[in-house]
Parts: sequence; structure tokens; C-alpha cells
Amino acid sequence: MAEPLIRMENIRKSYGRVQALVDANFHVNEKEIVGLLGDNGAGKSTLIKVLSGAVPLTSGDIFIRGRKVTLRSTSDAIAHGIETIYQDSALVTQLSIARNLFLGREPIKAPRFLNRMDQDAMNTVARDLLKQVGITKNIPPTTPIGSLSGGERQAVAIARAMHFDSDLIILDEPTNNLGVAETQGVLSFVRSARDSGHSCIFIAHNIHHVFQVVDRIVVMRRGKVVADDIDPKKTTVAEVERVITGMSDKEIRDAISDGRQSHG
Amino acid sequence: MENRSFIQSFIARAEFGPLVLLIVELVVFWGINPDFLSPQNISNILAFTVELGLIALAMTLLMTSGEFDLSVGSLFGFSPVLMWTLYNSGVTSLEMGLLIALIVAALIGLVNGWFVTQLKIPSFLVTLGMLLVVRGSALFITDGFPQRTWSAEGSWLANILVGDFYVGPFRIYASLFWFIGAAIVLGYVLTQSRTGNWIQAAGGNPNAARARGVNVSRVKVGLFILSAVMASLAGVISSLRTSAANPNSGTGYELEVIAMVVIGGTALTGGRGTIIGTVLGILILRVMRNGIVLIGVPGLAYNIFIGAIILGMMALHSWLERRHQAGT
Repeated sequence: MAEPLIRMENIRKSYGRVQALVDANFHVNEKEIVGLLGDNGAGKSTLIKVLSGAVPLTSGDIFIRGRKVTLRSTSDAIAHGIETIYQDSALVTQLSIARNLFLGREPIKAPRFLNRMDQDAMNTVARDLLKQVGITKNIPPTTPIGSLSGGERQAVAIARAMHFDSDLIILDEPTNNLGVAETQGVLSFVRSARDSGHSCIFIAHNIHHVFQVVDRIVVMRRGKVVADDIDPKKTTVAEVERVITGMSDKEIRDAISDGRQSHG
Repeated sequence: MENRSFIQSFIARAEFGPLVLLIVELVVFWGINPDFLSPQNISNILAFTVELGLIALAMTLLMTSGEFDLSVGSLFGFSPVLMWTLYNSGVTSLEMGLLIALIVAALIGLVNGWFVTQLKIPSFLVTLGMLLVVRGSALFITDGFPQRTWSAEGSWLANILVGDFYVGPFRIYASLFWFIGAAIVLGYVLTQSRTGNWIQAAGGNPNAARARGVNVSRVKVGLFILSAVMASLAGVISSLRTSAANPNSGTGYELEVIAMVVIGGTALTGGRGTIIGTVLGILILRVMRNGIVLIGVPGLAYNIFIGAIILGMMALHSWLERRHQAGT
């Protein structure tokens, strides 16, 4: 079997006495959208934070295309082609779309010592990218991020990851707080990212959104990966819910009715 | 249609409010006392305006990056005292004294920046502490007495910094050109250069900027140094012009400078800044100070007007901001 794009082996992460990740094993193949699911506290966010360089791991190894890497910071991870998009937090709301897209990598106009941004080039690329991720509305690239909707902001962040050739785009709850049409928009941005050769990890509470877009589902429970090869085309939402909670159908029904009784 | 949207976007700019206020001030003061626009009075307003203005320009960039500097007023007093003490005691030439004063100021800015970025202490506390240290040093060096300064008369340094000449009836100081030059350079840096993009990102969303590989700490430390050096230069210019080096001069300037910057439309919380707005803010406050005296309002009432302007402009800016966010 071909070497996966990302391979995480025996990842442990503890915060003091709390074990957030216990020997977690996880991989993402090339050009694949992986849905990462799990209940609150299952370890999804910790696993993502380790992979995006936001927190150091306690022990374990990370390989990118078979080569072992150490991710010390988010910019380290970005340099290795791993881009994480948290809702809102990745963009500067006061800056324009174009200035956000190129933040930290602004093209410079000659003569170089004047350190002058090539704003025309930035705007042209930004306009193309917005079209590429499927924003049909005519939004000028000089619009500040602050006046965009939540879905449009996600689109800008995804467009940036695509433009700078990130191999892996991690989307943490990209459809939270979005309306139905905007959610469909974000899901199509994710598909267009995959179709242009990028891999994605998609984390969402709404399992239905995950089912619509991913190629493979990975489920975590209590700091471990308990299932890593669920094909969304050959399974049902109910089955995946069982894996997430670790309970049978009857146990889930009992738990729900217990909850109702205690509330009543 | 095209025309209308041009006017609309002009009105929506942060600089529009300050511009209107400045025009209203000029018209009202001139209407009440025509001497207000006399060449002599205009020359007077400009002379000191540019000295505080140099500090405000640097403060604009620093505040855009999300920090501010309360130690500028104390540096305004300290640097000329240091320069004159070195010169009067025969240790250095005047030029070398200036160079040493600027280097010391840069080091003070570096220390401010280091405390803020490495020890993660809010700039309010760091620069408040530095204010006391610097002001205390100025008083200690001089025993609280002003320094002798008359010997600068005619030196080339005094000529290029504050040499004066007449353009028609207007008395112009060389410092005006330093101010205009600084405004153009810093305005360019903020809006055209990639450094300016980093400054705005550092103030707007430092985590996002860091994730994109922007060295937020280095940007901020650089701006703290710039702010300290400009305050120091402004102090020296003022001292050469007035032939005085008083260890107490510059007291309270930090707040006046910050007021100028926020009146101009720069956000106190960072992320958004405008040099044009700051130039307008500088003129608004200095014209107000000069004008209310000329129309006969007691000088002691000055602060009432300044406070009212700050509150009014903040209300206007927040209203514009909300309109802007709503996409209208």
C-alpha cells in the first residue's frame, strides 16, 4: 500500500494527570477527505492541535510522506504543508481579503528595498481564487474580512490554503453557526480543494455534514482511535453514532429515555 | 451613481469625521476672531504642533499594532537634558550628545518592547513604569534644575533641526519639514509596505499573524524603539527651539499624543490606523488649544473641550464602525 500523506503513530498527550490521547494511530491518504468524529472529550481537538503544531506531543511519531517530522509551532506545520482553519481565528478582520490571503508572504514590487506590496497582483490572484472556491457573488478583493459572512470567511481561509499548496487542510467545525446555503457552500469548497489535489480533515458535530463530503470516517473515543476505515457510502448515520458512543442501539435508547425521565 | 458611491466611501472613511471637525474649528475661531488666521498665529500653532506631532506619528504605528507607550512624555524631557548635560560638562560635542541621547532612547524602547513581548506584561504597566524611571533619571541628573542651552545658537545641528526662515509673512521652522517627511514615510510604511500589513495584522489578530509566519514580537519591539526615538528627537527639537532643557518638560504629553491618535481614527484596540487621521487629530487639538485662548475662553477650561472632543469623536468612530460592519 502506498505511503499515506500523514501518519501519526502511538501519539500520547497528557495534560498533568489527564490523558487526552492514549496511543492514538491516525493517517490521511493523498487527495482524501477524512471525517474525524467523536464525542466531546474524545481527543479530536487534541489530535488536531498536535498535528497543527499548536501543542507539543508527549510521545509518539508523526510522518509526512514517510519522513519523520517534528512540529514545534503552527508556522512550522504550515511550512510542512499542514494548514488548520479554525472558525474566524485564522483571519484578520480589519484587513482586506487580498491582504489576508498574502499575509506573511506579500509579493514585493521592484525596487525591492522600498518593501512595497504589489497590491495589483494580490488583488488579481484574490479575485481568481474566490472564483475557484465557488464564490459567485461579486466581492471585491479589497473588502475587509469583517464585512464577510461566516461561510465567506471559511472560503477565504480555504482559498488561502489552496493557493499556498498546503497538502493537508484541517477544518475544525467549519459548518458551525452557518445557515443551510452557506453550509452547502463550505462543503463544496472542501470538495473543490480535494479535486485540486489537497487532502482534508473535516471535523464537525453534525454527522450529516460529514457524511455528505468525506471519503472515510475515523472515530475517536477516550483518547483512542476506535475505528479508522468507515466508508460513508456503506454505512448509516445511526451505525456511526453507535461507534462514537460505544453503545448498542438499545443502550442509546435507554440512555435517552433515562435522560427524559430525569428531566421530567 | 459612480459619483455618489465615491462620496459615500469618502464619508465612510475614518478620516472624514476629523476633517469636518477641523474645518468647523477653523471657521468658528476665524469667525469670532479674524486674528486667528493671521500669519503670525499660524506660524505659532505650527511651531509646537510638529514637535508633538512627531511623537503622534510614531504612536499611530505602535497603536495600530495593539500597544501604546506612556513613556514618550518623559523621554521628551529626558533626552535634551541628557544631551545638554553631556555637552555642558565637556564630555562630548553637541552632535555626539544628540547621537548618545537617541541611542539611549532606542535602548529604552527596546526594553519596553522586551517586557511587553517576552514577559507578556501589558504595555500600559510597562511604559507607566518606564515613565517613572525616565522622568526620575532626568530629575536626578539635573537635581531638578533646567540645563544651560544658550550655546546651541548658530550650530549646524540647530539649523537643520529648527532653523527658521520666512516664507512671505510666515515664519517656518525646519522641524516642519521633518514632520512632513516623517508623515509621508510612516504613511507609506503603514499603507503600502508589507511591514504595514504585519503591523495591522499584529494589532488585529496576533495569533493569525503568528500562524502565517509574521514575527509579531519583532514588529512590536521595532515600533517601541521608533516611538522612543521619535519622542527623544521631538524633545531635542523643542529644546533647541526654545533654548530650554527642563527635566520636567513633556509631562502629560503622552495622554495628549494618544488623544490625537484616537481622535484621528486609529483604534485603541489595534488593527486599524491612519496617518492622515493622526495629522488631522494633531491639528484639531493644537488648533483648539490656540483658538479657545484667542476667542477669550479661559485657558484653564481647555481640558473641558479636549475631553468633549475625545468623547464625541469616539462616539462617531464607533457609529461608523458599526455601520461599516453591517455592510452599508
